[in-house]
Amino acid sequence: MDKIKAQFLKASVQYTFVGLYLFIASLWLKLSQESILAFLMMLTSILVIYSANQLSSKVRIGIGIFVLFILLPFIAGDNRYYMEVSTQVGIYVAMALGLNIVVGFAGLLDLGYVAFFAAGAYSYGIFATAQANNFLDFYQFPLEGGWFWPFLVVGLLVAAVFGILLGLPVLKVKGDYLAIVTLGFGEIVRIIFNNLDKPVNITNGPQGLTPIAQPNLFGIVINTPFHYYFVVLFSIALIILINRRLEDSRLGRAWVAIREDELAAQAMGIPLVKTKLLAFATGASFAGIVGVIFAAKQTYIDPTSFTLMESIGILVMVVLGGSGSVPGVILGAAIVTILQVQLLKEFSFFLNDLRLAGIINLPSQLDPSKFQRFVFGILLVIMALYRPNGLIPAKRKKIDIEELKKLEMDAPTTGILMKLQNKKGGK
Amino acid sequence: MDQNVLLTMLPQVLIDGLTLGFLYAVVALGYTMVYGILELINFAHGEIFMVGAFLGTEVLLIMQSFGILEGLNPFVAFLLAILVASLITGGMGVTIERIAYRPLRNSPRLIALISAIGVSFFLQDLVRFTEGLVRNAFYLSGPQLFKGIIPLSSSIFIPTKTLLIIISAIVMMVSLHLFVSRTKWGIAMRAVAQDQQTASLMSINVNKVIALTFFIGSSLGGATGVLYAQQYGTVDPYIGFILGLKAFTAAVLGGIGNLKGAMWGGVLLGLIESLGTAYMGPLTGNAFGAEYKDVFAFTILIIVLLFKPEGLFGEAVKEKV
Repeated sequence: MDKIKAQFLKASVQYTFVGLYLFIASLWLKLSQESILAFLMMLTSILVIYSANQLSSKVRIGIGIFVLFILLPFIAGDNRYYMEVSTQVGIYVAMALGLNIVVGFAGLLDLGYVAFFAAGAYSYGIFATAQANNFLDFYQFPLEGGWFWPFLVVGLLVAAVFGILLGLPVLKVKGDYLAIVTLGFGEIVRIIFNNLDKPVNITNGPQGLTPIAQPNLFGIVINTPFHYYFVVLFSIALIILINRRLEDSRLGRAWVAIREDELAAQAMGIPLVKTKLLAFATGASFAGIVGVIFAAKQTYIDPTSFTLMESIGILVMVVLGGSGSVPGVILGAAIVTILQVQLLKEFSFFLNDLRLAGIINLPSQLDPSKFQRFVFGILLVIMALYRPNGLIPAKRKKIDIEELKKLEMDAPTTGILMKLQNKKGGK
Repeated sequence: MDQNVLLTMLPQVLIDGLTLGFLYAVVALGYTMVYGILELINFAHGEIFMVGAFLGTEVLLIMQSFGILEGLNPFVAFLLAILVASLITGGMGVTIERIAYRPLRNSPRLIALISAIGVSFFLQDLVRFTEGLVRNAFYLSGPQLFKGIIPLSSSIFIPTKTLLIIISAIVMMVSLHLFVSRTKWGIAMRAVAQDQQTASLMSINVNKVIALTFFIGSSLGGATGVLYAQQYGTVDPYIGFILGLKAFTAAVLGGIGNLKGAMWGGVLLGLIESLGTAYMGPLTGNAFGAEYKDVFAFTILIIVLLFKPEGLFGEAVKEKV
């Protein structure tokens, strides 16, 4: 057993394994376009690449980018369904990464996260349909598709403002109370969007907004899952980049400090109010961008897409994957989305076939695709009990004391220490 | 609408508000008890209430299908439904505590809260699943036991069931109060709420006391579910969540961890909500109406947490539980 393990720790073996895996997955998917398993194998390749720990991280990132940007669209690009599923996975990955900043880094449990997503989606939806004509008369709406790109920034800003608005009352409450308050905030936003069709019709109430203008880029209309796949992919790349940069920044460390011990963090000079508000605003702004993309992709939004269920779903992704760990959150989001949009549905179809064939007799209410809450519930409890840190827990940076000591020896002494030393020397 | 109409509506609105308020109050007791002892928001409490509503309705429906309901005194049937529902939900509460909360007692509160949300979602679909399987529908309408109406004046009526609900709620609250303040177990509960470790040194079995707390809180919640089913007729698997949140708001409003506070918070919230729902439309020229009723509770919650996080009765009464 140990021998096999040792073999797997060799870089050459891992290279071969990853290559072989990718080859088999692409061949299988190419040959049988209908096979769900082949598609799942293709998606799992990202995880395989990630866990090939003997490869340098640059190589791994390179292979990952190659798979996501070239291999997958090249093989499955013709298949609308797969591109759609991949896009949805991407949308949830992006949102989970945003929530990860609030929950994972800063430790502020937010159960109303979908409100920011809604803010982004509505900020594009209202102006990209004729809806805005109801209360603005300086321009004939809808805006044309080219406005989609600036509206990514608008969505970001609107959501960030929402984040700060939510953050303000929340600064005084902590822990469980915070969870409930954010939940209440999310529900208030949903109810308002649901009823803001009078006295002035702003959101068109429960009827929702449609048709939302399709974006275009250099004259190409972006309207297929294939196109959106790339839009989402680029935004995820950006979000991951920002996430990674934030993680090691002064701000990111301040968030973690607040998560671990608010009082101690404050004592170390971290401004609580500013730091917490920034966490909410950053997390929210990611959801805002994704909201704009979502609105454009669906061409239709209504308040039912922004329920508490969605907020909980995103929270499940973060907790399942490992809150605070970027790769973990990506994995969690992928698992939950595929479970939700694909596996439960497949299982439903399967049962339906059995029912039609007369093998089993289940009432149609027992359709597994409607059992999100059941599955989420069990997942949440099991995760809380057995893996509270998630599937890929966040890694702590370890500091090698010896290394540090060596550094100190070599580094020239500066500041007050130098002055002291000089004084000593003077004597 | 002119002012006269608004005024004649008032007594009815107040009665509705009181009924709702007492329902909130009893459910809020469950939140407050668990919070007082474990400092945990038992998110699943609303679902326990919902299960109670289903169980009570099922008991009545089963009795009806066997033809015994007609011959029975409605009070006996009512008590039977409450008894069955509260015993089973009480057991459920203990089980949930044992499986989903006890192993997490020493882990961060965030994890325990996530587990509680999980239980709550699980129960919603579990009930939907079983009802779908048994009755082929998600919502359930039970037989109405009390159809009488007591006239107070020529224009104000109190339905018997409403009166009964208010009385039952008061009975439950008073007996809980007596239990907590007069019995040995009640004193043990208060001791555990004060300090678990010291209590365990005083030869109090902390686990047993916590289990008992869950049993009592959950059985009260379940019994309230039966009252709810009688008042509103139809129940569905999702009534618990939003009602649970409002009951929690009531508990916070009165000062969480405080029994008396939960009661006053519940009644107050019920009245505010009922008044708001009835008068917001007419007062704003139908610009904003009853569809905003859920916003009231959440707004109150946010305001209370901001300006008086200890609640209305948080300081007046020192004892927890």
